[in-house]
Amino acid sequence: MTDAVSRPADLVGRAQDIRRRYGDTAVTAALWLLIVGLVLWSALNSDTRQLFVNGVVVGSVFALGAIGLTLIYGILKFGNFAHGDLMMLGAYFAFFALTGRVSERPRFDKELPWSLDSLPGAVDRLGDLTFGYGLIIAAVVAVAVMAALSIGLDRLIYRPLRRRGAGIVIFAIASLGVAIAARSLMLIIWGPEPRSYVTGIHKAQQYPFDIRLKTDQIFIFAVAVGLAVLVYLLLYRTKLGKAMRAMSDNPDLARVSGINTDQIIAWTWVIGGALVAVAGVLLAIQAQLNPQLGFVILLPLFASAILGGIGNPIGALTGALVVGIAQEVAVEYFAPGYKSGVAFVILIVILLLRPRGLLGARV
Amino acid sequence: MGVSILPVLEVKDVVAGYGEVEILHGVSIKVDEGEVVTIIGPNGAGKSTLMKAVFGLIPVKKGRITFKGRDVTGSPPEKMVRFGLSYVPQSENAFATLSIQENLEMGGFIRRDGLSERLNWAYELFPDIASRRHERAGRLSGGQRQMLALARALMLDPQVLLLDEPSASLSPKMVEAIFERVAQINRSGVAILMVEQNARHALQFSRRGYVLAMGVNRLEGAADELLESAEVGKLYLGAEP
Amino acid sequence: MRLERWITPAAFAAVTLAVIIMPAERSGWAFRDSVIPFLASFATTVAIFAVISLGLNVQWGYTGVFNFGIAAFFMVGAYTAAIFTKPPPAQPEFVSYVGGFGDKLDFLPFLSSDQWLPFLIGTAAAAVMCGVLAFLLSIPTLRLREDYLAIVTIGIAELLRNVSIEERGLVNSARGLTGIPRPFHDFFDPGDYRFVYFGIALGVLALVYLAVERGIRSPWGRVLRALREDELTTAASGKNVFAFKTQGFVFGAMIMGIGGSVFAYERGSVSPDTFTHFFATFIFWAMLIMGGSGNNKGAVLGAYIVWGLWIISLQLLGYDLPQFLRSRIFFIRDFILGALIIAVLLLRPQGLLPEERRVSIWLERQLKRRRRLWPWPRRREPTEAAPVD
Repeated sequence: MTDAVSRPADLVGRAQDIRRRYGDTAVTAALWLLIVGLVLWSALNSDTRQLFVNGVVVGSVFALGAIGLTLIYGILKFGNFAHGDLMMLGAYFAFFALTGRVSERPRFDKELPWSLDSLPGAVDRLGDLTFGYGLIIAAVVAVAVMAALSIGLDRLIYRPLRRRGAGIVIFAIASLGVAIAARSLMLIIWGPEPRSYVTGIHKAQQYPFDIRLKTDQIFIFAVAVGLAVLVYLLLYRTKLGKAMRAMSDNPDLARVSGINTDQIIAWTWVIGGALVAVAGVLLAIQAQLNPQLGFVILLPLFASAILGGIGNPIGALTGALVVGIAQEVAVEYFAPGYKSGVAFVILIVILLLRPRGLLGARV
Repeated sequence: MGVSILPVLEVKDVVAGYGEVEILHGVSIKVDEGEVVTIIGPNGAGKSTLMKAVFGLIPVKKGRITFKGRDVTGSPPEKMVRFGLSYVPQSENAFATLSIQENLEMGGFIRRDGLSERLNWAYELFPDIASRRHERAGRLSGGQRQMLALARALMLDPQVLLLDEPSASLSPKMVEAIFERVAQINRSGVAILMVEQNARHALQFSRRGYVLAMGVNRLEGAADELLESAEVGKLYLGAEP
Repeated sequence: MRLERWITPAAFAAVTLAVIIMPAERSGWAFRDSVIPFLASFATTVAIFAVISLGLNVQWGYTGVFNFGIAAFFMVGAYTAAIFTKPPPAQPEFVSYVGGFGDKLDFLPFLSSDQWLPFLIGTAAAAVMCGVLAFLLSIPTLRLREDYLAIVTIGIAELLRNVSIEERGLVNSARGLTGIPRPFHDFFDPGDYRFVYFGIALGVLALVYLAVERGIRSPWGRVLRALREDELTTAASGKNVFAFKTQGFVFGAMIMGIGGSVFAYERGSVSPDTFTHFFATFIFWAMLIMGGSGNNKGAVLGAYIVWGLWIISLQLLGYDLPQFLRSRIFFIRDFILGALIIAVLLLRPQGLLPEERRVSIWLERQLKRRRRLWPWPRRREPTEAAPVD
């Protein structure tokens, strides 16, 4: 077309040529160096050390969401914009299973006669954690419900779209519809006021180097790392996981090899739904139950998944930790309102320099 | 090569295509037990479409496909594999992001037992890929990738193997190697139905051949007859070497 | 099939009846004093939102560019228009914002230029700002998978909203800008002004509509649609895909900016609360999907239907509802909108008014069929090249 428009485009093209010439390796190495440098600096600097630790915890919560997101993104090939809202919905299901409460009118709840917290000792704190075994059972209930719901949504919405051969954008718009529906469902049932699983104030523990941490936060970190490793093992060590990767690579060839792709998709949703529920419950433990939170977390989730390389669970964990640390440490230097801007900047940088992600897209 | 009463694979008057575009207007082909059959024909004759239709990758609108006397028309590929057919597509016939070993495991996905024995068997047959079993298939050269595709298709010990242009875009040396391997597979008792551009070469070790044009059968006969036929020679085999 | 023919007229009639009857009934059938002014405001908002919906149609319906951050453009348009038409802040210690060019822009000494010139310039500036923003966003994203742009635009919308709140001196933080002047306001009786503004909004909509129609029917528009359908083939026929996609994206964004500016003049105030993801992005997608993407009439009809539903839910509050519904009515409306989008995608993907296929119906069908055989999009990024034998 006209010169005025194509010239900046040429500039981008030239930048990409240069990138190609000097190799992806140099860019990746530089990015890694930058990231490791910033992370180390923030960990060693006494002003930001506490923020660094907070960032690891926030990053763990992002990671829990990003692992599920990246799995669905990698295998079903579409960005699930409902992921954040479904996480929150899972958290609310766990809340309901635990307390049996729904909102009757603003600031007034109706409570079922029996729920998990009526079990003896269900809300007694486990060690230094703020919650009891009731919440763990509730989380398992939420996992089951969300897995079933995910399959249901696939049957109802995504499978017909797949059969029709709809493009990824149609899937994304459909998932936006799911996101809106899920969010308004939470608002209808539980109202807009934030809630939490447990009441009361819980003090953080003092650790060496002047770091304060709640035991809940250590728990969240451990679960995030554990789940990333589990999903990795699933994809690389089990027959189901390998079939998932095969299907993601080449669906026709997978069918030709005798793999029932419908079944694999169903399994992907089961696992994705379970991950959504776990991530939602832990998000609610770390922050709160709040219908608006699902959308707020969406951008960091996508930034994490893309930073780590779509489809790669270890990448999602790494990316999420980087995003989490960057967001928290940025608070020292920028207004807190810019937290989401950090994820945005990371996203832009990675899309410009290495859209395949730090660890390379897998699956 | 014993004379069998029933062909193992029979395609009868098959009409198929993509959506409303009909490409095959009634093609019939049969493959007897243990034989090699080659389909040749000009570009656009519907050779690859026939393979896909047989294997259930595209719907069959009319006609019948029987395998060992059983009607398998319209069965999806994941069923076809269970019946005892296997298929090597022309392109994208290996999972590029999976390791070679994983590719073969996927080939044997529905196997209940004996996977490791079969893996060893495959590696013996294709030593080139055995040494690189933990590398990503995307890193293989064209010829090695074709070997891998053959090995993957053989993981289930099929009775009939469908090959879509196994020698496409390979160097002459590699073509030789591939055909040799195909012959070896056939000797182990696997019937082969093959589509080939490299018609002369393919017919030389086939028992029978079909010539397809414009989506219908044009000629058929014993491979050596086809090789000698003036019409076939002029139209599809190129000048005599 | 026969039933389907009636969906569009039925939806139109239902919404129209509801937005007339509900306020009429509540005001005791006072058409002159209450219903007509109400309808004028309703229609004005529909016209403004239809402009933005048309902008989205240029981006998604015609170019296939996937913008999930309409809020960003809507907001930039509205704020730009506001700072171009407002006078400078009178008490900077209480209200502070950049610009405030309104009193400098009436430089024509005739025709009461203060009544229209700043608005014209404000709208033009809104379009330019949005165009620049779109251009910048296109650089890292338009060469990649379609949905990366969606993620990036969600990000920029959130970021800009946060910037507008955090940066005190920029656009007066969370309180936003009030007292935005309105075009030709001094010429008319305040009670009649809403009818005048309805005329202005309708005029803007008509101009934008014609511009889009012209653009889309031009050779340029044909290239856009071609690359929406099949990027590879279009590239192979010698078109610079990236440049065309950028142009489509920028053009659509400029239209959204115009819509945002007309919105700011109409409301007289803008604040960050308006430009949330839900209100300022989702409803436009709902409008376009429902109306029929790739059809400008559909974009306008979608704006009418969706905003009609919105207004109906507001009107319902005027009735004696049970407490249960009363506190939840907006959430229920949102749920219905979300479900409606999914239902349209599943049951009537072409929307209420399907796209008019002009180039070649046969070709379209073939393309679609081909694609159906391959249920997943082909990978855009090249896989590692295999070494040659």
